[in-house]
Amino acid sequence: MQSRRRSTRLRTAYGVALSAVVLAVPACAGAGGGGGGSGETITIATVGNPQMQDIEQLSSEFESEHDISVEFVTLPENELRDQVTQDIATGAGQYDIVTIGTYETPIWAENEWIEPLDEYASEDGYDVDDILTPVRDALSYEDTLYAAPFYGESSFLMYREDLLDEAGLTMPEQPTWEEVAELAAELDEEESGTAGICLRGLPGWGEVLAPLNTIIHTFGGRWYDEDWNAQLTSEETTEAVQFYVDLVREHGQPGAANSGFTECMTAVSQGDAAMWYDATVGASSLEDPNESDAAGRMGYAQAPVQETEHGGWLWAWSLAIPSTSERKDAAWEFISWATSKEYIQLVGEELGWTRVPPGSRASTYEIPEYQEEAGEFAEPTLEAIEGVDVNQPGLHEQPWVGVQYIAIPEFQDLGTRVSQEISAAIAGRQSVTEALDKAQSYAEETAESGGYSG
Amino acid sequence: MLETAPTPPASGEASHSERAAAARRRTRRPRSLGVAALAWTVGLVFFFPVLWMFLTGFKHESEASTTPPTWLFVPTFDQFRAILGRDFLPYFLNSLTASVLSTVLVVVLAVPAAYALSLAPVRRWKDALFFFISTRMMPPVAIILPLYIIANNIGLLDNVTMLSVVYTVMNLPIAVWMIRSFLVELPAEVLEASRVDGASIGTEIRRIILPMIAPGVAATALICFIFAWNEFFFAVSLTSTKAATVPVFLTGFITAEGLFLAQLSAASMMAALPVILAGWVAQKWLVRGLSLGAVK
Repeated sequence: MQSRRRSTRLRTAYGVALSAVVLAVPACAGAGGGGGGSGETITIATVGNPQMQDIEQLSSEFESEHDISVEFVTLPENELRDQVTQDIATGAGQYDIVTIGTYETPIWAENEWIEPLDEYASEDGYDVDDILTPVRDALSYEDTLYAAPFYGESSFLMYREDLLDEAGLTMPEQPTWEEVAELAAELDEEESGTAGICLRGLPGWGEVLAPLNTIIHTFGGRWYDEDWNAQLTSEETTEAVQFYVDLVREHGQPGAANSGFTECMTAVSQGDAAMWYDATVGASSLEDPNESDAAGRMGYAQAPVQETEHGGWLWAWSLAIPSTSERKDAAWEFISWATSKEYIQLVGEELGWTRVPPGSRASTYEIPEYQEEAGEFAEPTLEAIEGVDVNQPGLHEQPWVGVQYIAIPEFQDLGTRVSQEISAAIAGRQSVTEALDKAQSYAEETAESGGYSG
Repeated sequence: MLETAPTPPASGEASHSERAAAARRRTRRPRSLGVAALAWTVGLVFFFPVLWMFLTGFKHESEASTTPPTWLFVPTFDQFRAILGRDFLPYFLNSLTASVLSTVLVVVLAVPAAYALSLAPVRRWKDALFFFISTRMMPPVAIILPLYIIANNIGLLDNVTMLSVVYTVMNLPIAVWMIRSFLVELPAEVLEASRVDGASIGTEIRRIILPMIAPGVAATALICFIFAWNEFFFAVSLTSTKAATVPVFLTGFITAEGLFLAQLSAASMMAALPVILAGWVAQKWLVRGLSLGAVK
């Protein structure tokens, strides 16, 4: 009898302990919350790029003016994409604003995952026509704007003017890739450890493929023809890829197969590379004396070309409203603030003019303080962005919008697989022909399984 | 680094047996030296990334990403200041809540479960045991979507309670297996004696079993705590703002266009501190606990 009673008591004790623990949860859970004033709270999913960190820092200005609290979820690009897709597809509606690029915008718009912004953007004072045309085109689907650009970029050639002067070389205003290869050979100094040029070689569709695809375009190559027949082994594409791989292997930075934006930026800022073909936003970091020894010694030329007139890419980190959001008006209030002329002014005054988000609005380039502080690279950046034709960047018509990517959902996977083959060719583990043969079969598979080719 | 130091050579007049022992030691020494060197090498190789993280956390961003790496630098606390400025505390509290709560739940549930699978085995206990561990054989990604939808439907998305429950489920099989392995080691005589003296199941567990397997339970708890603390996949999938944990906070520093290594290292160091502290405190128990089930 006694033992029965005791075991009941024990069971009760366990029960009490368990429920105490479970009851304690909500109390603790609240600790992490924060936020929630009298007004609404909106949640923004974003990436950790420096310009995004600035907006997080300045968002208190918005909060005090609008009586809306803002919470940020900062994740790396790929996790962010997965998270937001999952959230929208299941209708969870956790996010009121999502940060996406030009690649996702037309795809998500087609899926009706994000809201059209035309009605909002036409309101007085927002001045939607001030947004740079190529950026606006890239963020539109069927002539409707679906995302507001926070900052935009193209690609151009950054080079150490002093090193070129020393060697008695000059950079043409609009160099061709042949000329760049010659300059790279001249500037490549083994003893001092300065590479002729730094180019991305890291696998990833947003890494090595970004510069490489602009070169494929300007050499007259392409991924697919008008009927989605893969063209990765065509003469022009092969020539372009061979050129890229040869250039980076012969006169590029050591360990090229592992270099991305960050590695090249560091190399140039420490004098380990004389030239760098990459995103225009790289210039802001190179000209920051706290981060770079190369500040004040850089020159900028338009993206090198071969067969086309323009060679740069286009990307814009942009803000969009998921269709599942329940606070769309408040979300737009924030977007219109963050992508406004006033915000650009605010960043300039509070944080400094070199930190202004570039490449979104034409008016940014008319601000005298900005011209003074960022003059070196501001004009070339604007010129680079304005020169991009997102509908037809190469010699041929293409059935998608975009320069350094193909705006189909399958490209993330296809691009990553192809980039791994290219990266292996850069590392010298296989020939360019071998890499492209595999890439071609991946591209064919994708066109077929995605139902693009007939 | 658990290698035993070679014993110093015997001094003074050595007796015959001592000389024989010394000779034996001599023949053995090269091998034990080799083992010691290997142990140190492996230890240092494993420790190096931690050391590098520690050093990088005190660098400026531009020093953190140089080739070749910078060894000499003036330490700075800028990164730590920046992280605290980014509202680290809520993430930290979420991690702490989810880890502690799930660990408590795991231990509370695992001890009776392990008892029922060892000392007083239920029917078909082998199948039950296998079923427990089989839940760990499926990759987490396979169950994330149903889990996400359930969480969404019961309103527990972005909630620490949900994470605590998920972590409990995640760690329970391992805990049951571990604690069971400690229980089967217990001498049957002691338990019999307690039963002869009229102890109930409750008394038996509380007064006899628990004190004897305490180091084992501590080791289990620590391992569960570490697993929960470090867990990333469920955390990033099931939370957004209110319940995000430290690993999710850490990935926020990673960016495609900018330097972040120093800040990430500093943040990682702060994230690792509680686990290192817990490990330090429990070190003695941990070694005893982990070898408890192993010694036959």
